[in-house]
Amino acid sequence: MSRRPIKAVAIGASAGAVQALQAILPRLPVGYPLPVVVVVHVPSDRSNVLLPLFQAKCRITVKEAEDKEPVVGGVIYFAPSDYHVLIEADGAFALSSDEAVNYSRPSIDVLFESAADAYGPGLVGVILTGANHDGAAGLKAIVDAGGMAIVENPVGAYASAMPEAAIEASSAATIMNLDAIASYLSSLGTA
Amino acid sequence: MSEKIEDLEIQLLLEALFQRYHYDFRHYARASIKRRLIQARDQLGFASISALQDRVLHDPAMLPRLLDYLTVQVSEMFRDPTYFRALREKVLPHLRTYPSLKVWIAGSSAGEELYSLAILFREEGLYDRTLFYATDINPEALRAAEAGAYPIDRIRKFTENHQKSGGRSSLSDYYTAAYGRAVFDKTLRDRVVFSDHSLVTDAVFAEMHLISCRNVMIYFDRALQDRAIGLFRDSLARKGFLGLGSKESLRFSAHATGFSDFVPEEKIYQRREL
Repeated sequence: MSRRPIKAVAIGASAGAVQALQAILPRLPVGYPLPVVVVVHVPSDRSNVLLPLFQAKCRITVKEAEDKEPVVGGVIYFAPSDYHVLIEADGAFALSSDEAVNYSRPSIDVLFESAADAYGPGLVGVILTGANHDGAAGLKAIVDAGGMAIVENPVGAYASAMPEAAIEASSAATIMNLDAIASYLSSLGTA
Repeated sequence: MSEKIEDLEIQLLLEALFQRYHYDFRHYARASIKRRLIQARDQLGFASISALQDRVLHDPAMLPRLLDYLTVQVSEMFRDPTYFRALREKVLPHLRTYPSLKVWIAGSSAGEELYSLAILFREEGLYDRTLFYATDINPEALRAAEAGAYPIDRIRKFTENHQKSGGRSSLSDYYTAAYGRAVFDKTLRDRVVFSDHSLVTDAVFAEMHLISCRNVMIYFDRALQDRAIGLFRDSLARKGFLGLGSKESLRFSAHATGFSDFVPEEKIYQRREL
């Protein structure tokens, strides 16, 4: 894998997300230099469960992305329920309550496409387990902007449809199991 | 790089819209605008944003079609029911002490928020002494709000939200179903002024007791947010109330000290006298 100046990590996950993220996020080391922005599809009434869960398990700050908040390294940001999260060119979050995309709000595509614009080749996009097609177009946008695409191996994923759709849309994507994804993302902190 | 050309095209189109039609989207949060313009370009069948710009400059009939993309705001009646519950239980008892009331729904879009507030005020016995102002920059949205007709398949969600908001009546008391649409009772809008008003360029027009402006300012950049919040403060009566969307905050605003938290968890603020 080539070493390029990575500025941010964007992760999308749906069905089976909590377990998959538990295999990755708690392994990010203290002093992690990158922002990690996560979109998870969950029913809106369950959204508040994710934050305390990961705050308790992770070694770096975990919070909800806020409108106009600057995106900074060493923080894991979750999309708030019922809002899309976008990243502006100036490196701040923008929320939107536009219509659902792929039946989802927040949508992975919306985050990934705006992040690809904001970070270009400096973005790593990760698609994890899920039973829909959200994120496939977004991952392609990341690849087209020169960024790096990682997809959880559909074999072994809790739900394979989302990784499969992402691989089909981006043949350049690197396929890894959760453990390898966790190791790779962690290693980005020790260049 | 084609990405950069697209950004330039968007810049030029927004400038053209302002110069030609005085619709000013130049200080809207760019990432959302870009997404919508790309959607407009593709769905309206243009090869580029520049081609779309050329058309809208020369053909005024294209303007409303483009505005529908640029101003789309998706809401539902009694969205975030706990907001309406807080209005009902904490704000309306204060408003009850006034002989007459003015309520401004800023960025009213297709009217879901307006009808929610009208029903809430009716249930609490305040409707008859209240004047509502529903404003938006999109004339089509204002027409839709005035028509008050929504696809019937949205009613289930509206009804559920209404109940969760502490509704004292049945939502079905307020609409008639016909041809796949639910048409809200016209008496809910006999005390409503529908008006074209821009938070970007227009000024104060009346003294309000409550302003509800939810999920609008997230589409603005910081400078424009500050302008809008300053406008709200200047529009509010002494100790008047401002309700924002659940993820919007005055915390980063230049006018933060002009308001105090009233129901912080529901983003309801009260004008503070400085």
